[in-house]
Amino acid sequence: MYAFQYHRPTSSKDAVSLIGKKPEGKYLAGGQSLVQAMKLRLSSPSDLIDLGSVKELSGIKVSAAAVEIGAMTRHAEVAASAEVNKAIPALAALVGMIGDRQVRHMGTLGGSLANNDPAADYPAAVLGLGATVAAGKRKIEADKFFKGLYETALEPGELITSVSFPVPKRAAYMKFKNPASRFAIVGVFVADFGGKVRVAVTGAGPCAFRQADMEKALAAKFAPESVAGIKVKPDGLNNDLHASPEYRAHLITVMAKRAVEAALK
Amino acid sequence: MGASLIGARVERKEDYRFLTGSGQYTDDVALPGQTYAAFVRSPHAHAVIKKIDFQKAKNQEGVLAVYTGADLANAKVGGLPCGWLITDVNGQPMKEPPYPSLAQGKVRHVGERVAVVIAETLAQARDAAELVQVDYEVLPAVVDPKKASSSKPIHDIAPNNTCYVWALGDKAAVDAAFAQAAHVTKLDFVNNRLIPNAIEPRSANAVYSRASQDYTLYVASQNPHVERLLMTAFVLGLPESKVRVVAPDVGGGFGSKIYLYPEDVVVTWASKQLNRAVKWTAERSESFLSDAHGRDHVTTAELALDKDGKFLAMRVKTTANLGAYLSTFSSCIPTILYATLLAGQYTTPVIYCEVTSVFTNTAPVDAYRGAGRPEATYVVERLVETAAREMKLDPVEIRRRNFIRQFPYQTPVALCYDTGNYEATLDAALKMADVGNFNKRKEESAKRGKLRGLGYACYIEACGIAPSNVAGSLGARAGLFEAGEVRVHPTGTVTVFTGSHAHGQGHETTFAQVVADRLGLPMEAVEIVHGDTSKVLFGMGTYGSRSIAVGGTAIVKALDKIVAKGKKIAAHLLEASEADIEYDRGEFRVAGTDKKKMFGEVAFAAYVPHNYPLDKLEPGLNENAFYDPTNFTFPAGSYVCEVEIDRDTGATRVAAFTAVDDFGKIINPMIVEGQVHGGLTQGIGQALTEGCQYDDSGQLLTGSFADYCIPRAGDVPQFQLDTRETPCTHNPLGVKGCGEAGAIGAPAAVMNAITDALGVKDIPMPATAQTIWRSMQKAA
Repeated sequence: MYAFQYHRPTSSKDAVSLIGKKPEGKYLAGGQSLVQAMKLRLSSPSDLIDLGSVKELSGIKVSAAAVEIGAMTRHAEVAASAEVNKAIPALAALVGMIGDRQVRHMGTLGGSLANNDPAADYPAAVLGLGATVAAGKRKIEADKFFKGLYETALEPGELITSVSFPVPKRAAYMKFKNPASRFAIVGVFVADFGGKVRVAVTGAGPCAFRQADMEKALAAKFAPESVAGIKVKPDGLNNDLHASPEYRAHLITVMAKRAVEAALK
Repeated sequence: MGASLIGARVERKEDYRFLTGSGQYTDDVALPGQTYAAFVRSPHAHAVIKKIDFQKAKNQEGVLAVYTGADLANAKVGGLPCGWLITDVNGQPMKEPPYPSLAQGKVRHVGERVAVVIAETLAQARDAAELVQVDYEVLPAVVDPKKASSSKPIHDIAPNNTCYVWALGDKAAVDAAFAQAAHVTKLDFVNNRLIPNAIEPRSANAVYSRASQDYTLYVASQNPHVERLLMTAFVLGLPESKVRVVAPDVGGGFGSKIYLYPEDVVVTWASKQLNRAVKWTAERSESFLSDAHGRDHVTTAELALDKDGKFLAMRVKTTANLGAYLSTFSSCIPTILYATLLAGQYTTPVIYCEVTSVFTNTAPVDAYRGAGRPEATYVVERLVETAAREMKLDPVEIRRRNFIRQFPYQTPVALCYDTGNYEATLDAALKMADVGNFNKRKEESAKRGKLRGLGYACYIEACGIAPSNVAGSLGARAGLFEAGEVRVHPTGTVTVFTGSHAHGQGHETTFAQVVADRLGLPMEAVEIVHGDTSKVLFGMGTYGSRSIAVGGTAIVKALDKIVAKGKKIAAHLLEASEADIEYDRGEFRVAGTDKKKMFGEVAFAAYVPHNYPLDKLEPGLNENAFYDPTNFTFPAGSYVCEVEIDRDTGATRVAAFTAVDDFGKIINPMIVEGQVHGGLTQGIGQALTEGCQYDDSGQLLTGSFADYCIPRAGDVPQFQLDTRETPCTHNPLGVKGCGEAGAIGAPAAVMNAITDALGVKDIPMPATAQTIWRSMQKAA
């Protein structure tokens, strides 16, 4: 790890103002990706602006229409929240599958989204539920947020403050884990908003994406057999030690089918 | 004293300190004037070093020195020796290229040490190491062992990159038997390369004293005396009396900490140059790159059978990847510890095995839990199961038809099994695994879209390599005995010094049970000391499941001497004839009378010899013993594995695993179960998840836990364990050893179950979900 200056602001205003003065600085949320990269000397921010003391960034608000989660809310809190489990059980279940127990007690929603790891779980829920990402006053629709490999719609220095997840009629997430890292080789989030269906895939491409053909089929009939026969094209899908594009394409169909089954249960 | 401590589930004495974070590992050792080393490692698998520019690094604040291979060469620091000389099929010695501690003009694997930076702080050392500029001329890398012999040599002295071609067995007799066979089963497979990954990374911390002109090296090692011997006699040219090696608490080894490593040499040498303590602890990335790896065989194996399924002959041809250099015991693993095990539990009358060991541009390969024996068991048990399927025989029945039943049994591959009862473990395993109802479970799985498979493995292991004279005739360059010392203190408490080393095995408990039981003392009266060459008289360390069988026996021999001397003292005190004295549970008694002296009283008399036969007997009660076994021990067992495969994804779950082992006499069943759990988990890891991969340029692709998958607790089932007991016939405790069994037997059992579920002849390890999915796609 290289030397850096450490800051611990107590408001998001101060945090944003600090980073404005430190072009090579980075926000530190849960540190579950950034700190590892720094330890491996792959990342060398001049300044770390720790958001851990910014209280306004943390918390869960549930209404009939939406679940709003503060950017610094730890995964463990979301997974264990009775309100989230009641409103969008699929979201709580997804968060409970992130990493391991230690990761879930440190990792945060905002950190995960800002990092936009291609195999992260949260983007599947954000995209699958059509959530809205708030960066202060700016509201970014999920469909416009994920831009590519580790790339998002955030401007330099912009800070995610919260995310609002619309409550669906039913939803489910199915994840095929990388046995080593426990990230998603393929994760599929399916949400039925009563006739309008969203299907989001993570792990398979440069970032989370929607599977339009499955959405259409499920909108016509929300049943496993609607997607079971859909063959996904492997073109452009990720290729690594653990899974070829062809295998990932196959797994998208399997996971989508299982997600629909789970949503119907 | 009450019941015997042998066979008791005594809780581990060492666990309090381990579980409360009070263990003292090498990295915990902070010495006065401590400095820190960071190694500059090669990013290339194969390259000529054209220039090393370290001036900038040397000028950094806090940097004390930068050393390169040239410094070691100037100081006449030798290369690392190999501990076993293999003689090839033509009677020629194996090729032994130099293994320098810092590269000499060329690098031969990614992660090889090119320079070392030593600084006041670790951060300074690491920062400066990044500033060392090395000009490389990159050469093509040899990665695939099958292509090694047709590639340009990595070492000038090894044309065709071949270290040796070695063979065991009667080739003509085997070929003749194959010509007569009613059936031949043939398999081609790879025994996948593994990365050991002990929890504690390797670490070394050395200090030199100008006052006494001696060195102390703290090191995460499985055998400190061997480390000292190799370092002093072969590398640094120092008297052993001037080097103390301490292996304090060590957090796992699995073989990877047996060896003398370059980093140990460098910090020891540098401690004198700088007159400062020099510490190095591997980062996990360095462990992946530079710990000795395991396995990595490419094999063609054939089994000849008669029409009734009797084994007639076995023929095995293996290419073993030794990596870039000969690690300490690398040469004997794919030969002496592999081919000799190919009889397994069966009466196969003739066996021939030919091994070509090659150099490649990968990390050195050496012993890893099981070391040769898992590879042999995989050959035998995959062949046997496949032959049964091909001949439409029950895989249990084919084993029964071929089991060895008469002991001692001389195999055609050099070993002589002293004892065993293979039917007993198999019968127990079949019952415990409820094999009779397997089909019901298979149907139930099918209803859930899952393929269920059943697989067996009946393994044999050879532990406690011995005797030394036989090993020596086979090329061993070290003795294979063990040493022990029993020091009785004046008040009757006992400190036992053993040359075995514990790095997770629980010796402090198991050995104390042996001593306390034998002397009739409470456990609290016995302390076990290991891991320090200045305390322990000598030792060959811990590997190959040898500790209790060899180290334990050395202690028993010393205990016998203590009792013998105690009888003499007691005879004097009791005014009786020595021949009439009996020792039982802490008391020296005159036979047939109530006259007795307690152990403590005799000890006290030995150290306060006011009433003592000083004219006939030395005072004191301290004895040592060296024990050289007359034979290996032969643990064996029967494993039954059931897997369930997801038809849609190819993901495999080990649904049930039953292991019935014969470890001879068991001292502490709880500790033995822990060893079996760990071994099975590593074996399942090899079968399902672990596979070291390099790309064609020799870059390690599985260089972190994000890509190299060691199994978690949730990846293995609740194991069903039992034991059967045929005591070893040639050691006084009747013990055989248990540390490696699980890792030896499990891979074949799992792969036999997977191939059963899929109905295919073979599938490569690790059988990842993608590998199985591809196999299913191919079949569809």
